[in-house]
Amino acid sequence: MTAIQTGPASQTGPGIPAPPAATALLRLATAGSVDDGKSTLIGRLLHDSSALFDDQLEAVAASSARRGHEGIDLSLFTDGLRAEREQGITIDVAYRYFATPRRTFVIADTPGHAQYTRNMVTGASTADLAVILVDVQGGLTEQSRRHACVASLLGIRQVVLAVNKMDLVGFSENAFDAVVDAFLGFAAGLELDSVTPIPISALLGDNVVEPSAAMAWYGGPTLLGHLERAPVGRSAAVATGARLPVQWVHRPAPGQPRGARAYSGTLAGGVLRPGDEVVVLPSGTRTTVAALETFDGPLAEAVPPLSVTVRLADDLDVGRGDLLASAADPATVTREFEAVACWLDERPARPGGRYLLKHTTRTTRAVLREVVHAVDVNSLVAAPAGTLAANDLGRMRLATADALAVDSYAANRVTGSFILIDEATHATVAAGMVSP
Amino acid sequence: MLEFRDRRVAEFAGQLLVASVQDAIDSGLVPDPGDPTASRNRLQSATLLDAIARHGFDACIGGARRDEDKARAKERVLSFRDEFGQWDPRRQRPEVWQLYNGWVRAGEHVRAFPLSDWTELDVWRYVEREGLELPSLYFSHRRLVVEREAMLMAVGPFTPARPGEVPVEAAVRYRTVGDMTCTGAVASEAATVAEVIAEVATSRLTERGATRADDRFSEAAMEDRKREGYF
Repeated sequence: MTAIQTGPASQTGPGIPAPPAATALLRLATAGSVDDGKSTLIGRLLHDSSALFDDQLEAVAASSARRGHEGIDLSLFTDGLRAEREQGITIDVAYRYFATPRRTFVIADTPGHAQYTRNMVTGASTADLAVILVDVQGGLTEQSRRHACVASLLGIRQVVLAVNKMDLVGFSENAFDAVVDAFLGFAAGLELDSVTPIPISALLGDNVVEPSAAMAWYGGPTLLGHLERAPVGRSAAVATGARLPVQWVHRPAPGQPRGARAYSGTLAGGVLRPGDEVVVLPSGTRTTVAALETFDGPLAEAVPPLSVTVRLADDLDVGRGDLLASAADPATVTREFEAVACWLDERPARPGGRYLLKHTTRTTRAVLREVVHAVDVNSLVAAPAGTLAANDLGRMRLATADALAVDSYAANRVTGSFILIDEATHATVAAGMVSP
Repeated sequence: MLEFRDRRVAEFAGQLLVASVQDAIDSGLVPDPGDPTASRNRLQSATLLDAIARHGFDACIGGARRDEDKARAKERVLSFRDEFGQWDPRRQRPEVWQLYNGWVRAGEHVRAFPLSDWTELDVWRYVEREGLELPSLYFSHRRLVVEREAMLMAVGPFTPARPGEVPVEAAVRYRTVGDMTCTGAVASEAATVAEVIAEVATSRLTERGATRADDRFSEAAMEDRKREGYF
């Protein structure tokens, strides 16, 4: 049994390199089912923003013709695996990429049917914004409510309510308002900063990339127009002081003093500058930042999500998995905490059972003390439960072998999140968010 | 390409292990395709899996990107392979936040794709920003090619022109580097990184669609090969 260190051995440092930012990057999750026209919407977005290539257009045109479709079936652009085509379903999150002169976009396309909660949680975990698609004819469904709940729970604060198939209700403002009113009434109970309702027709293209001539009563932005201007980055990530999970320790070369050690990681909160007082957690030792470096040389300041190498003023025992935190605003060191988790595995949670827990760059053993309660994914209301099955959400109490330096997920998405791994199968069985 | 590779290995003072399809054929690991001009693309998977097993690698790093193919769009950053080296899209580990699960048992391994979220243009912009050196194949050069199924295929000892094809010398470059029998070049005058970026930014063809015959066998060509262990 071996664990793969995902950290690199290079001097430049840690983590997945960020794509070069010629324009700002917005990560969004789309939620909705095939029936709501989600595949058609994404196809329309890619098509009308000229993100599709000629060979993709030709392949889909040929495929559309073969399936007896007149013209191009836009939903085929997001067509995935053979099993999905055969069964007419989507079985997994797919990632799509497109860019406009203003901005680069990564879409986490989460299916609405099978494994919906698990897939939605996966897509939402890295998203800045969620697009929730509703069929105007069917109105707000249980699924729409579920998507809004999961987005809110995962810390997404901006939601676009895309009210689709407006062409089928004669582009009626009243029909649009009814859906919007129902959604806003429901969303008032969720922690969302903004809800942007947009009436669209994915099939015809109204208000997706081009403004709709048929809906003069609508004065807001098109979907793409809104995505190009929506704030990037998750406000939650900077609600704490500096956080640097240590991913890699640079040992001094032979002949160099011990103090030549340096620590690399991806900054996960706050701002770090030379001279800042920091505390090494969980040990609690205080020191100051002597220097910040990248491959290109020294830095005067580092902000998330920069990957950076830190030299400390004192020669301390710091290893992978430790957290360098702002001394003025440190994380909480604990061996026992509560969290809201989404259960991901087919085998239900085993209260009293042992798991591996991965939190930032540290993996430790954990015991699931108890399932406190389940959380209804359609309302976020608590309900009694002894365990959690696949796709269930619930609050649980965990105890860990090593002390962890945690923040609440609401305060910091990196130091507030963890996964549970089955010791025998090595499956990722739960995605957890530390409770305040 | 090989000269470039060997020079980089020397610079890093690393250890280079080579697994070649030819060695795998010679040792009987994979069947001899007989015709020396036949594509060896599918033989790569067995050769790769054998090398991973022989050296006991826990992880292999690859440059695949999710924007390359619809099967790759569903790929994880850290992708689990069972003891047969197979990719099972239905049984992938959920990947939440940036908490990657790299735990494997003996015989299993993971494939790591750190460039998952990059596009072809992102890669070239990074090459430009960081001033990276690249093999000359990626830049415009003169080469004897034939046009085959809208791709420019190099003509050489293992890739002869077929009856009826007329080799012509043209200015070309490669967008991906792979098995010569199924990797096409594109007509290009782009001799510098800046010129390549200008070309890629306005290209109307996907990287693999323009240049990879191996992806054209069927709607699920990449999916099928990935299931077998292809990189």
